[in-house]
Amino acid sequence: MGAKFTPKQTLRVIEKEGLLREVMVMKSRHMRLSQACASYKDGHYELSYSFADDETMDYETLRVNVGLAERVPSIHNFYSCASYYENEMRELFGVKIELIEPDYRNKFYRIKAETPFLPEDAKAEQKKEEAEISLNGADSDLDQEQAARDEKQAEKDAAAKKAADEKKAAAAAEKAAKKGAQ
Amino acid sequence: MDVKAKKRSVVPFGPQHPVLPEPIHLDLVLEDEKVVDVIPSIGFIHRGLEELVNRRDFNQYVYIAERTCGICSFGHGLGYVEAVEKLMNVEVPVRAKYLRTIWGEMGRIHSHLLWAGLMADAFGFENLFYQCWRLREKNLDLVEMTTGGRLIYSVNKVGGVLKDITPDMQKVILNNLSEIEVELKDIYKTFTTDYSVLERTRGVGVLTKEQVHDLGACGPYARASGVERDIRQLGYEAYGDLDFEPVVSTDGDNFARCDVRLREVFQSIDLIRQAIAKMPAETDLSVPVKGNPDGEALVRIEQPRGEAVYYVEGNGTKFLNRFRLRTPTFANIPAMCETMKGCNYADIPLLVVTIDPCISCTER
Repeated sequence: MGAKFTPKQTLRVIEKEGLLREVMVMKSRHMRLSQACASYKDGHYELSYSFADDETMDYETLRVNVGLAERVPSIHNFYSCASYYENEMRELFGVKIELIEPDYRNKFYRIKAETPFLPEDAKAEQKKEEAEISLNGADSDLDQEQAARDEKQAEKDAAAKKAADEKKAAAAAEKAAKKGAQ
Repeated sequence: MDVKAKKRSVVPFGPQHPVLPEPIHLDLVLEDEKVVDVIPSIGFIHRGLEELVNRRDFNQYVYIAERTCGICSFGHGLGYVEAVEKLMNVEVPVRAKYLRTIWGEMGRIHSHLLWAGLMADAFGFENLFYQCWRLREKNLDLVEMTTGGRLIYSVNKVGGVLKDITPDMQKVILNNLSEIEVELKDIYKTFTTDYSVLERTRGVGVLTKEQVHDLGACGPYARASGVERDIRQLGYEAYGDLDFEPVVSTDGDNFARCDVRLREVFQSIDLIRQAIAKMPAETDLSVPVKGNPDGEALVRIEQPRGEAVYYVEGNGTKFLNRFRLRTPTFANIPAMCETMKGCNYADIPLLVVTIDPCISCTER
């Protein structure tokens, strides 16, 4: 009897600049986005986007190697489900994917463990590269928007903390005064 | 004319909820009773199992891969060993392939019956829930008899399997399956004809074939929308020798999902019968595996919930560099969120259950 299909399984390494074009080609060929994932390897990220052809059962993977602080475009315009994989890649591995829609802003995975899952030296390297990008003025609009939001949130948190401290101090003073009166 | 803007409110759903066997959180944006948007979040039971592959021998990791989830445990073990075997060019004995197929199908029966019970419980049909789980118990007895475990089988190893199914066991399996089949017919009839069941399932949460493709859904969830895709057709293990067609329905609603999953239980019973009839009488259950994995391999298998993707990358040592598992539930979450939009708030529990959520797998 044998298998009904004899599928091909291929892997192609492409440049980051060609990612959107290749994904568009996959979409035009009616391929389904089967999975996307990131892994850290030798000082860079390996991003894999796998597409399945449900007619022939062929399976094609596009591999993009990017630096730790390098920006990667989102492919959600072609595949709406890609945003879930991209949110995962960004939250768990720290891949700098831009303009994901919907963007869950680090709330998709509610885990206690510290992220990104990178070796300590890689984390330091990532911060260094990010600082360099920032110094060169290459921050994306998204980063600026995020930084503004973070700043606003920090101000809000500080104000709330101050109010809580004041309330606590007032309550303690009142308690002490009551005790003194007794 | 006084036009009032509809008031929107956000209602949290989960991570603790009566219909949820495992925790997932949804922020439901409602306009009156209608759901207009869904914001999911996961990760409550994230254990970092993928990362553990760097610290365990690739042979030991088979047992960790199995423990990714208690429901589809056999499938995870199978997917992992298949990927490592592909990486190391290991050809397992034919009998081992048949045994894996039989256990894989037993796992599917157990998973689908568990789901049917949860579905019945979700729409408040407690008696049906008891009947589904009672039937599932008979299948679990078969698993226990053949593997020694009820949920964690631990029979896979890189290069083959650890246990055999003797002719006596085969007779018991065939007898029990006949009993399960008879009783399952009544359950199937109730799910597909009972008025109160149909009220909750017909026309609810419709997903079209095009949406399935765009949203990357898989498994029975996709087949219920008319997608004729079953990864078992790739012919891995002994599936290439067995005669079967994907179970498909075209309605794309909750009813179709019940219909597909229950018909798949009948199909699994048939596949086990075929596998027992065709299984060769070899004595070897495994082949010795020499060396360490090097390079990368990707394998797809059909889990009870759909297509699962296993990727392994070796570096020539006994520890693998990377293990990646894309579970069917993760692939079905985008479609689930899409079907919820426009539905009533009261239908949300059923819509969550119809993807057969397996959150342990998803969060790894």
